[in-house]
Amino acid sequence: MAVPKRPPLPLILLANDLLDGDVVFRTASGGWTRDPADALIARDEATADRLESEAAATMRNNEVVDAYVVDVSVGADGAPTPNHFRERFKTLGPSNRPDLGKQAEFARRSPHVPL
Amino acid sequence: MYRYDEFDERFVRERVAQFRAQVTRRLEGSLTEDEFKPLRLKNGVYLQLHAYMLRIAIPYGTLNSRQLRQLAVIADKYDRGYGHFTTRQNIQFNWPKLRDIPDILELLADVEMHCIQTSGNCIRNVTSDHFAGAAADEIEDPRPTAELIRQWSSLHPEFDYLPRKFKIAVTGADHDRAATKAHDIGLRVQRHPDTHEIGYEVMVGGGLGRTPMIGKVVREFLPKKDLLAYLEAIMRVYNLEGRRDNKYKARVKILVHEIGAEEFTRRVEAEFARLDGASVNADPEEVARIAAYFAPPAFQTLPARSTKLEAYKAMNPAFARFVENNVTAHRAPGYAAVTVSLKEIGAAPGDITSDQLRAAADLTERFSFDEARISHHQNLVLPHVRQDDLFALWQALGAAGLATANVGLITDIIACPGLDYCALATARSIPIAQAIAKRFADEKRQALIGALGIKISGCINACGHHHVGHIGILGLEKNGVENYQITLGGDATEKAALGERLGPGIDGEDVPEAIERIVAVYLAERREGEVFIDAVRRLGLGPFKAAFQTLTGQEARHAAA
Ligand code: HEM
Ligand code: SF4
Repeated sequence: MAVPKRPPLPLILLANDLLDGDVVFRTASGGWTRDPADALIARDEATADRLESEAAATMRNNEVVDAYVVDVSVGADGAPTPNHFRERFKTLGPSNRPDLGKQAEFARRSPHVPL
Repeated sequence: MYRYDEFDERFVRERVAQFRAQVTRRLEGSLTEDEFKPLRLKNGVYLQLHAYMLRIAIPYGTLNSRQLRQLAVIADKYDRGYGHFTTRQNIQFNWPKLRDIPDILELLADVEMHCIQTSGNCIRNVTSDHFAGAAADEIEDPRPTAELIRQWSSLHPEFDYLPRKFKIAVTGADHDRAATKAHDIGLRVQRHPDTHEIGYEVMVGGGLGRTPMIGKVVREFLPKKDLLAYLEAIMRVYNLEGRRDNKYKARVKILVHEIGAEEFTRRVEAEFARLDGASVNADPEEVARIAAYFAPPAFQTLPARSTKLEAYKAMNPAFARFVENNVTAHRAPGYAAVTVSLKEIGAAPGDITSDQLRAAADLTERFSFDEARISHHQNLVLPHVRQDDLFALWQALGAAGLATANVGLITDIIACPGLDYCALATARSIPIAQAIAKRFADEKRQALIGALGIKISGCINACGHHHVGHIGILGLEKNGVENYQITLGGDATEKAALGERLGPGIDGEDVPEAIERIVAVYLAERREGEVFIDAVRRLGLGPFKAAFQTLTGQEARHAAA
């Protein structure tokens, strides 16, 4: 099988926590955070390589499921926003329920793309 | 209602225990995700965008108050205070934690519910007419048939590893409210024209998704006693010859399409002749035992027309509107079937809060012989209400935020979870439904437009049945943004038809305006008493396309070309 092409820099690693199913983000210290603002942003190929190998390793040792890297834009506040709308949803929560998900928990997040 | 026997009970409990052990091993790390995934899917556990999701089977959509209350308990204790009714008469919880799911399954088992065969390549929850046992136009209650199929298909060893998932729907009335022609197998109860004996019309190969197809009749009349043997013959032909090489060609509709309905029928009939029917068909005693569970409740002898109801209607226009839209004729004089809309303007179609589940449970007990139904339109039904009680019921529904009087109208929209929840989605569905409902919120305008079904899916899998919507909306991705294709002319009933595309995809924010223009053509062109779908059939796509293209600018480009 062809290896999927890595998205362009800068990027972050996200996954679903095995126990809770919650979306989590890889941090600089090699742990996971539920707050996207605390995600490690890979701005160079070496860090991106590291995140990709951590994705494989943490799935293998059953910390998380569905771990993959996505390209992001970095806001003035330094927080990453995924460039694709699908992963933007993962960092926010259901757009029809602003009271649920990360958008409610971490209220500083940027709002959803309006319809 | 059907009650679990000891065998069912023991089996479900054992299954919960097995799954608890599997979850424990997963959490300890002795099962990998690749090993665990098929096990969790066998118990209805998916991984969605934000969390796990649990899909609970509601066989043929029938529930009692105890079950509704237990769902409310689960919603409060293990989820976020709400659930989502799906287009296949199931309920989904969107936020369960993996470690809690065995406990949830235990709570479900306490009320004879489970998640078995709500996922995977097996025979899924058997669906049926939500007015079963109540509808005035019914030939026979389809639920004993659905229950028989449920028992036969539950953990049937031969059909546990089919090429793909398999969905069966049964209707017992002439008017098909169960979308039988959009199912892998559709069964229609009917009387033989000469003998008046009851039997089934059997349709195979319907389905939506990537390659939508309308089911083909393979047997015009199947005697009732031969049901299971005939189904077994169909399943065998499919199991052996369905395509396992390509997931997108693995549904039975592709097999029927590739070899032709005639050849498919020939193979089924040959298999049917070969197999030992007597060893497969249900024992008549067992059939009678099951049927007894669905015996009609003890209806009172009442006049056909309730003077009390007429008086309340005359006094209260809002109530009259509710009766007009949400109340359906019942087979028993003096009774009515009530559809409780889960499509309040601005709400997510099919979502219900735990408080509403409890209110529905109370009203089910008080007014409907402790029976409720889920419809594939994502609404709740109280099937057996005395007409004399309708006003009291309506008031109580109003107090629970459940009295929206829009059943069958333009704001009674079917929508799948889409990209707000679903990991497979390519675009959102719920906000589109909300935006359309808000645009058409005015009740007088809804009444003026009349019956019109909009159905929305967030990807080509078509869980929102958009192909068979009078107006269908399919959310896709185009150049990194959400994009919506509009189809027209679909129909999910006995006149089943697939909608056709009106033109190129449009942005989400333009969808309400597109619907507006389609509706404007209908209002301008309709004949006296002609409903939307009939007008579309008569007029063809032409005028609607032209109106749609004024929105997309295609007209100008065509004119210039
Ligand atoms: C991520 C979690 C998923 C969600 C939220 C979801 C949601 C739904 C819903 C609400 C329905 C209608 C209802 C029902 O069976 O009760 C449905 C059916 C369906 N699902 Fe999913 N689903 C998910 C996973 C899948 C998967 C893994 C597939 C397969 C690739 C799939 C393909 C379909 C198709 C094709 C239908 C029905 C269309 C038809 O044949 O009539 N879904 N899904
Ligand atoms: S149609 Fe697609 S987006 Fe909608 S629920 Fe089904 S799989 Fe998900």
